[in-house]
This record gives sequence, C-alpha cells and structure tokens, in this order.
Amino acid sequence: MGIKGLMKISIKGVRGSIPISGPETSLYGGNTSCVTVVEDGWILVLDGGTGIQRVTLPDSSIKRIDILLTHLHFDHLQGLGFFAPLFDPSKEVHIWAPASATQDLRTRISRYLSPPLFPVLIRDLPCQLSWHEISRSYFEIGPFNITSRSVIHPGPTLGYRIRHKKAVFTYIPDHEPALGPSGLLLDKKWLSGFDLISDADVLIHDGQYTATEYQEKIGWGHSSMEDAIKLAEFAGVKRLLLTHHDPARTDSELTELHEKLIHSLGNGMEFEFAKEGMEIDLGRDI
Amino acid sequence: MASYEIEIILNRQLADCLSIPVFITDTKGNLIFYNEPTNKILGTSFEESGEMKVEEWSTMFKPHDGEGNPVPPEELPLVKTLNEQLPYHKTFWIESLRGVSEKISLTSYPIIGQTGKFLGAVAIFWESKDL
Repeated sequence: MGIKGLMKISIKGVRGSIPISGPETSLYGGNTSCVTVVEDGWILVLDGGTGIQRVTLPDSSIKRIDILLTHLHFDHLQGLGFFAPLFDPSKEVHIWAPASATQDLRTRISRYLSPPLFPVLIRDLPCQLSWHEISRSYFEIGPFNITSRSVIHPGPTLGYRIRHKKAVFTYIPDHEPALGPSGLLLDKKWLSGFDLISDADVLIHDGQYTATEYQEKIGWGHSSMEDAIKLAEFAGVKRLLLTHHDPARTDSELTELHEKLIHSLGNGMEFEFAKEGMEIDLGRDI
Repeated sequence: MASYEIEIILNRQLADCLSIPVFITDTKGNLIFYNEPTNKILGTSFEESGEMKVEEWSTMFKPHDGEGNPVPPEELPLVKTLNEQLPYHKTFWIESLRGVSEKISLTSYPIIGQTGKFLGAVAIFWESKDL
C-alpha cells in the first residue's frame, strides 16, 4: 500500500529505444521506460515501455490506475498492451498523454493497439478506460499535484513534475534541451524543462549519450549525460538519476562511465544511473 | 517568470543559426529575442539590451514608403501577424541609425504551437530585392 505521507518511486524500465536482455545488462536492466509512483493507495504509472510488465499494484483492491505517457514513441508504449489491469473489468484505467493537433489520443494509440500489431482492439478491453489529452497542464490525482510541460523531443512530448505534500519528483526520460547552436541555454526562461525541474528532490532524466556520442546524434531528441547533469545542477535538483540508457551500453560500460563522470565533474551534485528495481521513498528525510 | 514554450525556444535556437536578422516577439509584440545580425539594425545586442517592450523597440525604425510617407503600424507585417496570426511580407523603407533611409523587406510568421495555441511571432529582415 505504501507508507502514508511517503511517495515511493519504483523504477521498472530504464532502457531507451529497444528492450534488451542478457547477462551484460542484467545489473541496470533491459526494459524500456517505466516508473511507478505510489502513495497512500494511489498509483501513477509513468510510461508504458516493457518495464510496465513488472508493475504490481500495491494493493489488489486498488480500483483506479493512472498511466501518464510522456509521448507515444514505441519504447514508451510497447508494454501497454500487456498491462494486466487493462483486462480487468473492475479496474478504472486513466491514460494521460500529450495532445496532438492532428489526431485524438485514442486514435493515435489505436495504431498500436489494433491488428496487425496487436490482437486486441481498444474497444474490447474490459477495463473502464478514460483518455486525457494534456499539454501545459496542471491536474490532481489523489495525493499528487501534477504539472506537465512540453519538452524538446521529436513530436509532442511532455515531462511531468509530481508534487506531494513533502517532496517533488520530476520525470523527463526523453529530452534534448541542448538542441541548437548555443547548446544548453543556462537561462531559466530559455531552458526547456526548467519549470518542471526547478528544485526537484529527485529528477529522472534522459542521459542516453556521452558528450562525444551526442555530437553525432544532435537532433535525435536525447541528452548527453554531461548536459543532463549541468541542467540538473543549474536547476537546483537534489538527486539526479540518468535514464534512457543506450541499448548498446553494457553494465560495465555504465559503471565505468559513472566513475569517469564523477572524476571529471568533481563532487558536484549527486547523480547515478537508474537501475531497474531501484526504489526511492521520497519524503522520509525531507 | 516561467520558461518560454519550447516552440519559442526552438525558434530562438534557429535564429541563432541564421545570418539574416531575426526578431522573436511574444503575443503582445514585446521583443523577447533578436539574433546577432539584428544588432546593426537596432544598434545594440540582445546581451546588452535584453528584452524590450513593444513601445520601446517599435519606435526605433521609422518605417516609411518610397515618398517618405510614414507607414502606419497596422500595415506593417509583424503587426498584422500579431493581430491576425497569419504570415505577411512587405517591402518598405526604414530610417537607419545613421539617419539614412534603407529599403528592406520583412517577412513575419506566427508561432502556432503543437496544440494550436498562438505563442508569438517571428520577423525576418531581408535586404530588399523587391521580393
């Protein structure tokens, strides 16, 4: 059920682009994006990558589940059709995702949740399904106050700032704030995502590439680890977890990169690479 | 103040890549960014001036026609874009900082965001080739 007053963050999927498996990725994990936030009998599921198959409800009697999608790229959606509560008529599932100027949310998700890509049609899902299209929005779900903002990434893409009574958690798994000739504009009015990130207790943020790799991937929609750390530091984040690990990156490479970054960036802010299975009780010590 | 929308931020990053003068305004016409090639028109840089209120920067140009008659604000492309949220183009004269009339062309377009919301406008100055 979660401890009352604490926001429990559980990381279920950390990989970008495509899921992978094998002994060389078992430490950090190979599932694509998914994180849950639980407090006091409420659960938010952030993104529907393959990590969603590892989501268990804190209490089987929970009736309502809210899924907040940052965007509809496949690595954030491909697990959705396998999420058990969708097939449970007693569950009320709310799906929140960025609005589009061209098609409604249900129509866009139907492109995946329909034959030939998926055998079950949305209309045949037995749960009580609700759709919420959002952009620059503020809304409340149970104990959570949620702010969404568009961030730089190809296609409509949101980041989420989730506040509960004691702490702030921000989730932006796909983000390229340094896109452009000036790179990161360290000016809070001109920095994509700043409003979401500012003074967050925990930030889970895109860190797919090294700075060197990023030079070959400009415009692909992702951050270098170095830029993500700079961004978090500038915004006063207390703890940063880098996510959306490149699928080609092995555990030993990630561990080595972490050590190199600590060495090269000094003893600045606290950061680490997100791992599947990691849990954070936010609010306990704040 | 809150951060600008990403559509505005990306327009600034684009403007920073261009060698032609580019203005970005908010929906009220306040100048929120201009790129380096604009410096010679305004006689200052964005780093020096920062943002400018519409009443501050709009009087700097003295737009006029070939006979020296003032062009009313409502006929200027950027003003029309801000009022109607449509792109416009016009060739006219402005008085430079040296007091000399220069023929320019100005193209303006609205920034309509991903959700269809009007967020601001962009004005691009061209050396006039009677486009």
